[in-house]
Amino acid sequence: MAKTRISMKVNGTEVEGLVEPRTLLVHFIRENLQLTGTHIGCETTHCGACTVDIEGMSVKSCTMFAVQADGSEITTIEGMANADGSLSPLQEGFRMMHGLQCGYCTPGMIMRAHRLLKENPAPTEEEIRQGIAGNICRCTGYQNIVKAIQYAAAKLNGVEFKEAAE
Amino acid sequence: MIPGTFSYHRPASVAEAINLLSTFGEEARPLAGGHSLIPMMKLRLATPGHLIDLHGVAGLTGIRRDDDKIVIGAMTTQQQLLASNEIRTALPILQEAAALIADPQVRYRGTLGGNVANGDPGNDMPALMLTLGATYRLEGPNGARNVAAGEFYQGAYFTALEPGEILTSITIPAPAAGHGYAYEKLKRKVGDYATAAAAVVLTMADGKVASCAIGLTNLHETPLLATDAANVVISTGLDAATLKQAAAAAEAIMSPAADARGPVEYRKHVGGVMVMRALQRAAGRAR
Repeated sequence: MAKTRISMKVNGTEVEGLVEPRTLLVHFIRENLQLTGTHIGCETTHCGACTVDIEGMSVKSCTMFAVQADGSEITTIEGMANADGSLSPLQEGFRMMHGLQCGYCTPGMIMRAHRLLKENPAPTEEEIRQGIAGNICRCTGYQNIVKAIQYAAAKLNGVEFKEAAE
Repeated sequence: MIPGTFSYHRPASVAEAINLLSTFGEEARPLAGGHSLIPMMKLRLATPGHLIDLHGVAGLTGIRRDDDKIVIGAMTTQQQLLASNEIRTALPILQEAAALIADPQVRYRGTLGGNVANGDPGNDMPALMLTLGATYRLEGPNGARNVAAGEFYQGAYFTALEPGEILTSITIPAPAAGHGYAYEKLKRKVGDYATAAAAVVLTMADGKVASCAIGLTNLHETPLLATDAANVVISTGLDAATLKQAAAAAEAIMSPAADARGPVEYRKHVGGVMVMRALQRAAGRAR
């Protein structure tokens, strides 16, 4: 099958590659670009581990062809740290609130939470839970993931983070 | 989990898309949001030789008011429906249903056109289109035609779409101001299709139902309009006996498949429950 040349901006860097039309975006990101922070979990559009940010949308990159992303701007977990390499508020939130155990779902969770907070900077707990409904975690029971996102929202809004009583 | 090989096409106009579909015939499939088709391709249950991606086609997205109708481009995503003030004001039932479809990531990609044109009995929007009296604009090699949603669905995955045709827009008459609405969907978990779901749009006058339409999702191989059930509630105050009669009339036309969501009797029973809940909630919202 003939290959197609595609180019896109990933984490601020122009990249290009030669792909078959059937190459999934997640495979292009992991194998061609060697950005292995984006995980493949279920490969069936259920788990959200492969979530990346494309043109202002959270997208499961296992359910989009790389050719469809030609010319677009993408952010992956590798693009989430601050410019000086320090942790962004979301990353810091996951660390401080113990928002991960095995870590497999974490890149997808952070990429989804990133877009959620862009659209809704001060979400309620319910809005956070609905907002991450497309991301599955099998370790944490979500409690600390929700707290991590609340921590990040507070920090981004410049207010003090108060943990809700349990 | 890698699809079979195919050629990728990204037409820029409806005419170009129709031309490609006509040229490649059965080998070609149009690609909208891709959240039904791409998973099927990964399982090799769909093996199109040519994929016609509609994302580059100008003029297929957007929501506009046209007098007393709302016109929605086929490639408008569920997320765009949820974010639209026009939809929030005129057709809030679409937002209630869209929020129950799959999950946030899927809603950024999944389109209204794909949801209604695929012919999947599990999709939520077709029953709403029947309830609201929507019309689909189909464009093909022989020109454009309008087909009522009620005449579009012929069987599971069988629709009125002819070879070479694509759905380009959906026109929905704006329901009366002050109408009541509800979409009740029973599902096992986020992302699942409905075990049973019911859509209700009604108007009330002096505490009685003045007009009513009821749609059913995933309770037959096509979406259903429960006309008899709607007639039962007209001129009533939706007392308990009337609600039960309406549920029974709706159950009489249901013929769901027995699957992992439950046996036939269970799915019909909860279908009736969804009808009763949707009627009550819609009436509570009517002004």
